[in-house]
Amino acid sequence: MLEAIYLDGTEDTPKIILDKSNNMFEISGRSLPEDAAEFYEPILSWLEKYEGQENPKTNFMFKLEYFNTASSKLILDILSKLETIEGASVTWYYHEDDEDMEEAGEEFSELVDIPFDFKTY
Amino acid sequence: MKYIYDLHKAMLNQNLILVYEGEFTQEITKSVLAMAERNMDSFGEEAAVKRKVFNIMVECLQNITKHAFSYDDDSYGKNSAIFMIGKHQDEYVITSGNAMLNEEVNGLSRKLEEINDLDKEGLKERYKFIIKNGKISDKGGAGLGLIDMARKSGNKLGYDFERVNDKITFFSLKTTISRNKESE
Repeated sequence: MLEAIYLDGTEDTPKIILDKSNNMFEISGRSLPEDAAEFYEPILSWLEKYEGQENPKTNFMFKLEYFNTASSKLILDILSKLETIEGASVTWYYHEDDEDMEEAGEEFSELVDIPFDFKTY
Repeated sequence: MKYIYDLHKAMLNQNLILVYEGEFTQEITKSVLAMAERNMDSFGEEAAVKRKVFNIMVECLQNITKHAFSYDDDSYGKNSAIFMIGKHQDEYVITSGNAMLNEEVNGLSRKLEEINDLDKEGLKERYKFIIKNGKISDKGGAGLGLIDMARKSGNKLGYDFERVNDKITFFSLKTTISRNKESE
């Protein structure tokens, strides 16, 4: 059994939920760690293990308030990983007046081949 | 003690709402961000403008933390640099200054020139190319910080290199963020 990851958000790292049994996958809040590669490593390796034993549908929710450029590279790595997971899709939330976050989501959706759904909050 | 009054006047003249001089770390980055956020909240700055200022501050502060050259650890501490925010009627001006090695000046100067030569669409393409093909550096950067600052601000980056001696140069960087959405 793949153990779930629950991480509380901090002022510079996002909240993370990776829970196969409850079919919940979420990254939300602020992502500006100094070492983004180190922060996201456990998430990427979890997805590595999840691949091959994935649920029929994996809807990954991104609800980010801010992310730094180092995080953006790692977010693309996560999305590229999701590309290899059967039945994966993304819901990209952005604040209704946050054009930069909307555009960031659109750009990510152009870089990977996964269905993206856009929602405002 | 006249320097106190002089410094105070200089800050008022430049409309500086925050100045930090010293060592730069992630902890200090977080504190400076929190102070700037509180400051902007205190006079009810528009959320969209606040977000842009915050984003650009993050890239600027983390660039300094990663790249500022420590030229005199004993007297100034590690990564000694300066960071300032000026608030004007129509814009915020985010400026920073840090020492760097002379041999790195040409590379950075070329990079800034290239960024300033690109328009909105060109910056977007450059960003997408680097995020797709680039690698995270040893220092943990994605090579996207300056491009992101230019994109989010919607303005050209201002910069200057002041040679200090045969080893180091002082690098100044200025990003302007409009407070008036219509003018973008």
